[in-house]
Amino acid sequence: MASTEEIRSGLADIVNEVAGIPAEDVQLDKSFTDDLDVDSLSMVEVVVAAEESFNVKIPDDEVKNLKTVGDAVAFIETHQGEA
Amino acid sequence: MTATISTAKGSEHARILSIAGYRPSRVVTNAEICERIDSSDEWIRTRSGIIERRFAEPHETVQMMSVQASKKALERADIAAAQIDCVIVATVSHLMQTPAVATLIADELGAGPAPAFDISAACAGFCHAVGLGADMVRSGSAKYVLAIGVERLSDITDPTDRGTAFIFADGAGAAVIGPSDVEGIGPIVWGADGSKYDFIRQIQSWSDVLEMETPEMPTLRMDGNPVFRWASFEMAKIAREALDRAGVMIEDLDVFVPHQANMRITDAMARALRLPEHVVIARDIAYQGNTSAASIPLAAAALLESGEASSGQTALFIAFGAGLSYAAQVVTLP
Repeated sequence: MASTEEIRSGLADIVNEVAGIPAEDVQLDKSFTDDLDVDSLSMVEVVVAAEESFNVKIPDDEVKNLKTVGDAVAFIETHQGEA
Repeated sequence: MTATISTAKGSEHARILSIAGYRPSRVVTNAEICERIDSSDEWIRTRSGIIERRFAEPHETVQMMSVQASKKALERADIAAAQIDCVIVATVSHLMQTPAVATLIADELGAGPAPAFDISAACAGFCHAVGLGADMVRSGSAKYVLAIGVERLSDITDPTDRGTAFIFADGAGAAVIGPSDVEGIGPIVWGADGSKYDFIRQIQSWSDVLEMETPEMPTLRMDGNPVFRWASFEMAKIAREALDRAGVMIEDLDVFVPHQANMRITDAMARALRLPEHVVIARDIAYQGNTSAASIPLAAAALLESGEASSGQTALFIAFGAGLSYAAQVVTLP
């Protein structure tokens, strides 16, 4: 199972690839929309890539609750390997 | 007694002989769309890639736009209307439930008494029509088929709905399908998922409208993010399957013509497919908007007319939309 930091770092690479945000900016306290300027469609791409990368299922209804990088990392950490 | 019944015999192979479009005259800018919704030119461009779209004027009816596109396609194929054995029209925005608008179009073109019917497969309709047309040519039900995708979505779009007002537009495209010495239309990969019936839909049925105190034209609604997810990623798998079934390697593909739903879907699909750099990607949506069943023939015709694509190249068509319905095939461009 991946650690919190491994998940954050993996997620940072995904956000970088999808939205072109520097990976080092993707920190736990950052809001996807307000701080990182990741719009809702890019967020869908991030979620799909994270699902594949961490073997986790992130339902559509859950995506709107993932406001910060920390929210997403916590969700993935709890549910990884369940998909 | 059981009589011996003959089997129809068609051409071994089929191909698209020509493709043409009709673009309505009125250009509608993002600024005009933003007079009715709380949005901006920049927001619309970044979320959809749409810079402007075309809306039909009153005289540019579903029938008129179809006839114009078809005449051009027949001319390019050098086929007379009288030689057409079947007219298939894919549309969801002909506001007359019956008879099929295909009959009027066939009659105006002079294609009668060819069978003529409409199919309702929303944005996937044109690829359904191409698949059916190819099968008819190969089975002997028809020698030449006219496949049309046409929409006047501006009639059924709510100009105050922030989720759809900037997306939908109007237009028509037509293709002539006929016999060929070599295969020009690969196996269709198609399907539907009615469990997602609500993702893109007309908001009320006609009977619901009749019960309204002040009846209003029912309009389209779409759940943007789930549709984006399905279209971008599930449809990339269908596109790959169409290539596999046609026996075409992705490296041998020249042109990618996805349904012009949203530029972001096109980009995400292209990434998911890992399209090689040399593949020309249709981006007609920028100046045409999402014209549902008309978008693939319009986009393909535009690439051929501009010289970005050329006759004989190998293209992948993939269309997807309300139903949710989808269809994809590899074709040789006419």
